[in-house]
Amino acid sequence: MNYLHHLLNHLRKDLRLEWRSRDSINGMLFFALLVVAIFALAFDPTAYPTTTRQISGGVLWVAILFASVTALNQSWTREQRNQLLDAQRMAPSPASALFLGKALANLAFVLSVEIVLAPIFIIFYNLHALGNVALLALILPLGTWALVVNGTFFAALGLRARNRELLLPLLLFPISLPALLAMVQSTTGILTNDIDPIQIGLWIKQLAVYDIIFTTLCILLFETILNAE
Amino acid sequence: MDQRTLTTRRIPSLATPAWLRNTAVLWFIATVAVLVVGFRQALFIAPPDGELGDVQRIFYYHLSFAILGLIFPYINLIASIAYLYLRNRNPFKALGADALALASAQVTVLYVSLLLVTGMLYGRPVWGIWWTWDARLTSSFILWLIYVSYLLTRKLAPSEQIAPLSAVLAIFAAVDVPIVFMSIRWWRTQHPAPVFAGGEKSGLDPSMYPPVLWNLAGWFMWGIFIMAFRFFIERRRQRIEQEQALRTIEASLEEPQ
Repeated sequence: MNYLHHLLNHLRKDLRLEWRSRDSINGMLFFALLVVAIFALAFDPTAYPTTTRQISGGVLWVAILFASVTALNQSWTREQRNQLLDAQRMAPSPASALFLGKALANLAFVLSVEIVLAPIFIIFYNLHALGNVALLALILPLGTWALVVNGTFFAALGLRARNRELLLPLLLFPISLPALLAMVQSTTGILTNDIDPIQIGLWIKQLAVYDIIFTTLCILLFETILNAE
Repeated sequence: MDQRTLTTRRIPSLATPAWLRNTAVLWFIATVAVLVVGFRQALFIAPPDGELGDVQRIFYYHLSFAILGLIFPYINLIASIAYLYLRNRNPFKALGADALALASAQVTVLYVSLLLVTGMLYGRPVWGIWWTWDARLTSSFILWLIYVSYLLTRKLAPSEQIAPLSAVLAIFAAVDVPIVFMSIRWWRTQHPAPVFAGGEKSGLDPSMYPPVLWNLAGWFMWGIFIMAFRFFIERRRQRIEQEQALRTIEASLEEPQ
């Protein structure tokens, strides 16, 4: 109960900070829109509906991935102002509660961006999904959590590095590749209806297993990262 | 720690002990000898492949790098866990574990790079293309990416945090590698089925065993040799760093306050 209390406090603090500034969400949303626009220049999405269906899953996830990196980079710098992070280190609350609170807050930010982005994406790319769209309600949160939990962790890991902004994608992308593969494959499968539903189910299960493994790892190792001196 | 312990406690000398030097020379000679035998076996003694001809001989190297490229990451993982365990218990030993983690990661990157290069040289005449996004190629490439990003982190992290941060990252990498291999196997496959324990049609002709085993042994010894070399260089660098830190502390204590 006590742990949950700490966790909720951290989460509330991060949500309130974001509510007052709206830095991350606005930045992410605009960035994702730009990625979508640039990909629309690279190929004509309205002229080739089949090709569009085949690659939209990938484009959507690339946009979300790049956009979330911009927000994740900022999420710990907030704690650095006025030596807040040192205060967090001395606080009696468990370190993993701080981490989980921040990861959940980041999940909320990225999900809210996705909720705005998805309709825009469908309109701009003239998308007409052929598969079971309801499954996306499962894939989007699972995939986003995979990106956000590792991203929040690696952002904390690279916090004091010389080129922090560079280090986060360098670490996050290779480690997230299996999760990205699962997200892109299952999303593409739903959009095109080419992939067997059983296989889509397998990809979703794999995503869930990935989430469980890496969430556990992050919670176990976060204290080492926070106190690495 | 008071002043007396600081000034009397000396770090061991930087000179390489004689036994180590002798072992290294012997090991090096043995490694080169085994590699020469492996070369002879692979290029001159083993019969040319029935379908592929002489091109197939690069397989003896390719296979060795593939197997060893998956062995050295485990040394990295074990050394990293040892570092995290020893960090607050025995800092001097922990530094050794960190040096081993660095050395094994570098050997991993080297061998996986060689694996990719020999694979491309093999793929071009056999498949007609240098590269294809097939399961094993992709997973080897991701393995390479992960360990390159590990080495980059060691470059970019602030010096006092390199060891703990990279140890944590090594655990992430080691957990990720099997997931990568499994998930990409589901995705697609074009590469020949695993040579060992891959089902009914897998397995090698008995005439292929000597070159495979000699090369595997030779490259394993070579990997151990450069890993040890890199390990001792890193140890020396750590000692110099400690020596300088101690000198700075001593100098600051001797100054009249």
